[in-house]
Amino acid sequence: MSLEQFTDRNVQQHYFKVDIEEYPQTGWDRFKQVVKRGLNGELFVGLWVVMREMIKFDIHTVQYPKEKLPIGPRYRAVHEMQRLFESGTERCIGCGLCEKICISDCIRMDTRIDENSRKEVTEYTINLGRCIFCGYCAEVCPELAIVHGPRYENTSEQREHFILFEDMLTPIDMAIKGEQKEYPGFGAVTPNEDARVKKTPLAY
Amino acid sequence: MSKVNITIDGKPIVCEEGEFILNVARANGIFIPAICYLTRCSPTLACRICLVEADGKQVYACNTKTKEGMNITTTTQNIQTERRAIMEVYDVNHPLQCGVCDQSGECELQNYTLELGVDSQSYSIADVERPIKDWGHLHYDPGLCIVCERCVTVCKDMIGDNSLKTVPRGSDAIAAKFKETMPKDAYAMWNKLNKSVIGLTSGEEMLDCTSCGECAAVCPVGALVDTDFIYTTNAWEQQKIPATCSHCSAGCQLNYEVKHTSVASNEEKIYRTSNEWNYVSLCGAGRYGYDFENRDVEKDETAFNAAVAAFEKADTIRFTSTISNEEALMLQKLKELKGYRLINEEARTFKTFLDNYAAVSGQQLYGGDLKKAHDANFVVSVGTALKSDNPNARYAFNNAIKMNKGAGIYFHPLKDPVIEGIGKGVFTAYHKPLREEAALYLLLDLFGDKEKLPSDVTAYLASFHTLKTITVEETVKEKVVEKVMVKKVNEETGEEEEVEEEKTTMVPKKVSKEVEVDENRLLELLDIDAQAWDDFLDKNLKKKDAFALIAGPDLYTHPNAKNLARLCALVEKYTDFELTMIPPLSNTLGVALICDLDSEAGDYSIGYNTKGDFVLSALGDGDLDMPAMNQQEGTLTSIEKRVNPTNAALPYGGYELGDIANALGLNAKYAIDYTAQLPVEAGFEARDFDSLPNRFENDGTEVRGYALNNVAVATGDEAVEKIDEALALEGENVIYAANPVRQFTAFTMKPHQLNEESGIYLSPAQLTAMGVAAGDTVRVKTAAGEQSLKVVEDNKIDGSVMCVTTFDPNIKTEELFGAYRFATASIHKEG
Repeated sequence: MSLEQFTDRNVQQHYFKVDIEEYPQTGWDRFKQVVKRGLNGELFVGLWVVMREMIKFDIHTVQYPKEKLPIGPRYRAVHEMQRLFESGTERCIGCGLCEKICISDCIRMDTRIDENSRKEVTEYTINLGRCIFCGYCAEVCPELAIVHGPRYENTSEQREHFILFEDMLTPIDMAIKGEQKEYPGFGAVTPNEDARVKKTPLAY
Repeated sequence: MSKVNITIDGKPIVCEEGEFILNVARANGIFIPAICYLTRCSPTLACRICLVEADGKQVYACNTKTKEGMNITTTTQNIQTERRAIMEVYDVNHPLQCGVCDQSGECELQNYTLELGVDSQSYSIADVERPIKDWGHLHYDPGLCIVCERCVTVCKDMIGDNSLKTVPRGSDAIAAKFKETMPKDAYAMWNKLNKSVIGLTSGEEMLDCTSCGECAAVCPVGALVDTDFIYTTNAWEQQKIPATCSHCSAGCQLNYEVKHTSVASNEEKIYRTSNEWNYVSLCGAGRYGYDFENRDVEKDETAFNAAVAAFEKADTIRFTSTISNEEALMLQKLKELKGYRLINEEARTFKTFLDNYAAVSGQQLYGGDLKKAHDANFVVSVGTALKSDNPNARYAFNNAIKMNKGAGIYFHPLKDPVIEGIGKGVFTAYHKPLREEAALYLLLDLFGDKEKLPSDVTAYLASFHTLKTITVEETVKEKVVEKVMVKKVNEETGEEEEVEEEKTTMVPKKVSKEVEVDENRLLELLDIDAQAWDDFLDKNLKKKDAFALIAGPDLYTHPNAKNLARLCALVEKYTDFELTMIPPLSNTLGVALICDLDSEAGDYSIGYNTKGDFVLSALGDGDLDMPAMNQQEGTLTSIEKRVNPTNAALPYGGYELGDIANALGLNAKYAIDYTAQLPVEAGFEARDFDSLPNRFENDGTEVRGYALNNVAVATGDEAVEKIDEALALEGENVIYAANPVRQFTAFTMKPHQLNEESGIYLSPAQLTAMGVAAGDTVRVKTAAGEQSLKVVEDNKIDGSVMCVTTFDPNIKTEELFGAYRFATASIHKEG
């Protein structure tokens, strides 16, 4: 990319004038403008548009909450915790990177060594009351375990309800059936990743 | 040693001749990558990444000594290729799921892989099964191990346990194509790496050592991790709080690593301790004994008022030495204000010993320190069970012998397999208790300047020597010439013929000889075998120029302590020995210098962390709670004669000693307001707490607090008394007041990882000899008193002397002993 657009600081040359009427200067000019606009019937132009669309019965209003607009795949709403396909095991390995990167400091987890000498996450919470939905946690996650889902409605009687890990985790039956959707947003694998990866040689 | 001029990357540097290039570079802020090298230990040459070019030749910076005019380049094209290949090899079969690894964030493999920009892999080999090992307090994952052997090196050269070694990995040979194509050093390093993993020297399943955890601390990757810590938190989450360990007098620098307890609790918790392992080595108590804080304390006004009332009523304050200098000064100021008697018996005996020493030496404190012991090549220890009294003194003893081609003598009644395990360089003189004077006289006799020594001492020393003629049988090899017929092929004729040849053989022959030998009766007093002693000195006294003497707590309570103190001063004065004394407990030295201690207690006493009519306790079992040493800031005086600052790692909500002092008429907002008021005449400096640093420089310089001034003292005569030869503890059952390794006081009893039991520790041999088993209860009766104690088996001691623990305040083992640490006892099995 050329740096010309950044180095050329003479921005004046790219301006062009918009056709704007002269501002009224004197009291007489202002009086003339009021009379002209008041008698022009501009109000009825707008009213006619409304009338016309009402008669057509072609209404674009979304009947929320009965209807919902489709959400862009990269929209950042309430987090979801993904599971591995087939086995259904939680993807989260407890590395703590989301906890570290979180700029509003709302993620916290407890880990321990489990019976199989693996790292186990015993507690995981996101305080949605503090979360600013920046998406850093999803971006930094090496396992694509924490992602942003499309659920943007958060109402509850208690703030504590916003931090339940179980609510964020994909239900196990869904994961086993393969109904869990892969997240295409921040931190996801890009389409031409295979071509970029240098393969590690194997001796067998 | 002389100074030489060298250049590293064009930068002119003046350094000691013979220093390793790597250390010189580090001291001067020049970066040379190195993985396997540990300062203060021998170079292993496992990683080979510290390659540099010296005068046009590729050498390893960790084992090449500097010479005058050396010109060093730290990176060349070829070296860069080697280093990159080495890091690629380290990444072969090393799992790169850093997310679950405990070392992630402080991993040297991660760092160097990124530093050298390794973004692809050229090498491969089939992996072999390397199962995870549970070694008790350590967790070893060979899958992560890069076999840098730092754990093996530190265990051998620094700690002296020799518990780890490399064992065969059993993998395939590296493919031939790599040998031809890859850089030479990278191949050599891979070849070594591919053959081994780390295993236990004992061949057992569980680690049986003095449990210092230093191996896990030095591990550059996540292969060796403390079992208690594994997977609980990440390196970057914890706040490191620089502190000074308060368990023993070594006063090691360490960091308490603090984080909130869990999702549910915001309360701060110490997860582990870390240390600058290149410059200081922790013992197990320092490393694992961090959670001794007084938890969940709130301001209890009733108890506080009762405490103030008790102070008004009291005439005596009893306290232990696990307090800061500031608290000691508060007590001293209270004494001046209210006329309390200050009782701390162990500090008082140490103070008396120091005074007696000073009367001869002319200086208030011993001249040496452990740093000098580390640098010595002939170390002697007298009157201390090194490994449990002060583990750092033991590390210095071991390190000096291992690293400086040194030798050492260990004078002590208690047989110690750990000291014996240091190797051939150490001579163990297991003498009878109460014979410590003979050991010091022996040092004077061997190393003393006879011309300058007081004439009566010289005469007394000469009185031990007798010349004796003995007959020795020697084996001499004699030359015997034989004539033999040999069949040979005649080269001219091609025929075989017999030729007569002369053949010389050496035949051993026993000869009796009469020799005049010098017999030293001091050796007899110390139960030393004269022949073994002479052999040891013959072999080990050559080329020795730096001597260190470590004197321990056995001497301070000895009935002839005064004489021993004066002898110590004579040894320091008239030999080349640098003398270091081990203060018995954490801050005994500070207390001895600050407080004016009394010997007689009054009627009503306040006990601070000890028994009394009203008890202030940081252990949580007293009438008023006090903060533990990890909950308060202040300074501690260490064996190194240094005033080290320590910071509060955990919050504390209750009243402190300062609050009581204020209620009684002193005026200071914080304890550290007293830091600048510490007595200058005793060697302290009038410095504010906040100006005291607590760190190490890159060249290993200790920038911690400040060093005490060794105040000059008026001297008297140099007369010393003769050995009281009748004095020696004999008998079958000798008991010794000593704790197991990792235990010092009630504060080391509290941490959940330090689980040593209190009771009477017997060597396996003694267990058999007495017909008791571990877990039995025995009734121990001495002249002073009697106690029922639990029998514990301890394979870290040997012989018949039994150790009675003193760390547990629940069993009153002090009642068994007089002042001296040894006693004879009658022991019967109970029940």
